[in-house]
Amino acid sequence: MLNNQAEFKNKTHMGLSKRRVITGKIAEIVFFLCAVISIITTVGIVVSLLSQSLYFFFEVTLWEFLTGTRWAPILKPQSFGVLPLVTGTLLVSGIAALFAVPIGLATAVFLSEYAPDRVRKIAKPFLEILAGIPTVVYGYFALTFVTPKLQIILPDLIIFNALSAGLVMGLMIIPMVSSLSEDAMVSVSRSLREGAYALGATRSEVAWKVVVPAALSGIVASFILAISRAIGETMLVTIAAGATPRMSLDPLQSIQTMTAFIVQLSLGETPHGSIEYNTIFAVGLLLFVMTLTMNLIGHLIVRKWQQVDK
Amino acid sequence: MVTDEYILSSDNLNVYYGNFQALANVSIKIKPNIVTALIGPSGCGKSTLLRCFNRMNDLIPIFSLDGSIKYKSQELYDDTTDATNIRSQIGMVFQKPNPFPKSIYDNVAFGLKINGYTGNYDEAIENSLRRAALWEEVKDRLNKSAIGLSGGQQQRLCIARALAVNPEVLLMDEPASALDPIGTLAIEELIRELAGSVTIVIVTHNMQQAARVSDETAFLMVNDNRAGYLVEHDYTDKIFTNPSEERTEAYITGRFS
Repeated sequence: MLNNQAEFKNKTHMGLSKRRVITGKIAEIVFFLCAVISIITTVGIVVSLLSQSLYFFFEVTLWEFLTGTRWAPILKPQSFGVLPLVTGTLLVSGIAALFAVPIGLATAVFLSEYAPDRVRKIAKPFLEILAGIPTVVYGYFALTFVTPKLQIILPDLIIFNALSAGLVMGLMIIPMVSSLSEDAMVSVSRSLREGAYALGATRSEVAWKVVVPAALSGIVASFILAISRAIGETMLVTIAAGATPRMSLDPLQSIQTMTAFIVQLSLGETPHGSIEYNTIFAVGLLLFVMTLTMNLIGHLIVRKWQQVDK
Repeated sequence: MVTDEYILSSDNLNVYYGNFQALANVSIKIKPNIVTALIGPSGCGKSTLLRCFNRMNDLIPIFSLDGSIKYKSQELYDDTTDATNIRSQIGMVFQKPNPFPKSIYDNVAFGLKINGYTGNYDEAIENSLRRAALWEEVKDRLNKSAIGLSGGQQQRLCIARALAVNPEVLLMDEPASALDPIGTLAIEELIRELAGSVTIVIVTHNMQQAARVSDETAFLMVNDNRAGYLVEHDYTDKIFTNPSEERTEAYITGRFS
């Protein structure tokens, strides 16, 4: 009897554990494959960008590409200086950041520190709707609404211009800044706020001198992510900012961003394998390097602040 | 207990969180420059009472009160009373040490800055850290982050931070409950040293602690509706050796908790 029981126990135990080990193994492999997909994708993108741009750099030196100030890959005489596209991209993103960072941060401070629950519950969904509008809608909003309104104040403004595209792009990334910053601020512990209030701090002193510094790594991360998004944004600038590569920081003029150029060339009749076609990949690679650098800087800043915290 | 001069006094104080009554008819008078302990079972409203004294409960939207609380002769919950001004005169130390994620120096400087102090900061900060018995331990690393300090040191830093503003009253909400015995002992010694120069009101779960550090003790209990009320307030010696109320004796001898 005793023996039987022991054997039974032993058997079920062995059976269960074997089945468990197998399901565990399968789960592990599935999870591993899921994780691998994103890594493979990243590597694949880098490889395809690199190999295609290689053909480009056989014909145009890296130096000429990076320092040339005239971009005319489909006009004669051809010229492959990417700087006009880079300045165009930075101009629009810069305008967007100047507009979105202060407003986004102020919105976040308001929602997290000032707004009563009721207001927050109404305001947050509105912000999320703003984030969900397709970028093509923003593009036409900039072109057909914002530009004409701006032209009343600025008569020199060209129809396709960097200013209007930048402002509307700023509008588009405000929800990203405010929502991520607010998350960072809300997670600052209540006891820190109480500590400051107990010293006689006012609400705004608590917000700006305690909560914002304590949430700074998250706030800076939100800025960087939003600006990265602005640099990579395509549809809005293709519609509203123009198609004139111009080495200038004049926001009233028509410009062309890196992404808008890629769209323009992809839609044309450029034959595969031609140098003109390969410029897409060179510009794409540069864009990739730029956003990667932004993200790395973001990580470094976040890490540095976290070290100060500890 | 006959003294004309009280620094804090409540009269028929009722406190509510929404529909729930947390305190019922509490009338208590706190004398200046001594240590008063508030003791009682969990949920008896000790912390709520403490947080009425510096209007910390204002931060809770559903909080309301009637009755009177005075700081000296000033009605604390009057429309004309500025809560931030009150809090710079009535400091608070919390259950869990809550230093800001800034340097030790900046932690102590914070209160000075927001209250517009224009004197010598280095001097004021050294002075506050000395009063909190922390100076010797941190004088060589004032620019290091406060988060690197031990729990007991962090709590003394919070006390230094509160003292920097030169408050007349220091409210302490179970200041040693998150600390180890060594940290607890340091805080208790510090409370005794501070008594005489600042009024201290301390909430504690630990009756031995109340007996060790306080001059007077107030005992609160919960009535049938779960609202806290004041049972007895007297010299600490008397409360712990010969209380007037049966309920007090039952509580301090551990017959219920």
